[in-house]
Amino acid sequence: MLTVRDLSNRVLQPACFRVDAGECVAVQGPSGAGKSVLLRAVADLDPAAGEVRLDGALREEMTAPEWRRRVTYLAAESGWWSDRVADHFSPADTPRAAPLVEALGLPGEALGWPVSRLSTGERQRLALVRALVQEPRVLLLDEPTGALDLDATHRVEGLLRDALARGMGVLIVTHSPDQADRLAKRRLRVEAGRVREA
Amino acid sequence: MPLIPLHYTDLALAALLLLVNGGLSVRLSLGLERSLAIAAVRMVVQLSLVGLVLKQLFALESPWLTLAAALVMVLFAGQEAMARQERRLVGWWAYGLGTGAMGFAALVVMMLALTTAIQPDPWWDARYAIPLLGMVLGNAMSGVSLSLNTLTAGAVRERAAIEAQLALGRTLWVALRPVLRHALRTGLMPTINGMAATGLVALPGMMTGQILSGVDPAEAVKYQILIMFLIAGATGLGVLIATLAAARRLSDARQRLRLDRLALRE
Repeated sequence: MLTVRDLSNRVLQPACFRVDAGECVAVQGPSGAGKSVLLRAVADLDPAAGEVRLDGALREEMTAPEWRRRVTYLAAESGWWSDRVADHFSPADTPRAAPLVEALGLPGEALGWPVSRLSTGERQRLALVRALVQEPRVLLLDEPTGALDLDATHRVEGLLRDALARGMGVLIVTHSPDQADRLAKRRLRVEAGRVREA
Repeated sequence: MPLIPLHYTDLALAALLLLVNGGLSVRLSLGLERSLAIAAVRMVVQLSLVGLVLKQLFALESPWLTLAAALVMVLFAGQEAMARQERRLVGWWAYGLGTGAMGFAALVVMMLALTTAIQPDPWWDARYAIPLLGMVLGNAMSGVSLSLNTLTAGAVRERAAIEAQLALGRTLWVALRPVLRHALRTGLMPTINGMAATGLVALPGMMTGQILSGVDPAEAVKYQILIMFLIAGATGLGVLIATLAAARRLSDARQRLRLDRLALRE
């Protein structure tokens, strides 16, 4: 589904890999090795040379917003641009958001909360919901459970398994080998900007 | 009413007020005495020089020299606007963008004023063109530097929020809109406030000057209203062009947020 050939920039050495429909690939490596840079380059948030295709179509064949809606990046630090959580969802997506919020262990009315009262972990989970309701083809996750306890982490993984079962592709940066074992069949190892299949 | 001439001793007496300010700064350790002194000395030197230059310029009556003087003023305005930026665009953009926006805005507004409202003979008469340009540029410069500063600071501060929207597939204009709006408002606010308070609180310098030199207050007021419109027009145009161009420069064809095009803070 997602194929990457010779993707490179200031940090990355030319990288080649693929993520199939319904497949989860874990990205691992030391801090500062370029894992986030890799995800951002795939999402076209940073300039990079090389070929990135979704179902055979080059990303340059569509506008950048169209590409990012299909191949959505979720940063480790979530960003919020409005006062209320609900303002970050389009009205059409809101009905689908509530069950996902509850599945992640938050009350459904969390959508009405002001962003300022959310903890880091709550923000992280709500940001994941925000991306999931848009139903991207591929989700690029940057340590999505970094600020979460074990229970919340398992809930997130459950939600991701549902999405994988529906055919979504997932590329997940994680420092936890256990999480990689639980979710991913394949792994990419990133070291000093070099990406290789592990 | 004849103009009352000022002696240098009168100026020295008035300068004592600055010493009071400087003393306050030292006493309360505000750390402002140095910049206060430098600004005061610059003001005196620059104004004295400009007095000599204007005298020559009016005497020579050359369109080319007048144009050259105007150009130098625009270039200095650009320099000053750039110096007020906390985070600058890298390369020539830091200087070129603000200077270009101000130069264009001033050109449009000056052409309008000199060919329609004032119509001096010849139309480029330095006695009209240069002081008018000075007032227009001075205000446009404040607006442009404020708005550019607000835009770049906002883009850096709101990076996570802007990129979160981009990552979800929103367009750059949507993601950048709050920062952009804040920058435009900040750039235009002094002009709007200035117009609102004029006459009630502040009597503008130009009008005061005309009245002091014996012009009928009603005529001085008409001139002042014209100037305020010219200033508002030039500032609005300059702020809009500079802010939109800077926002474009902070992005690229793939609608990324290109903060790498901002220089690191010194």
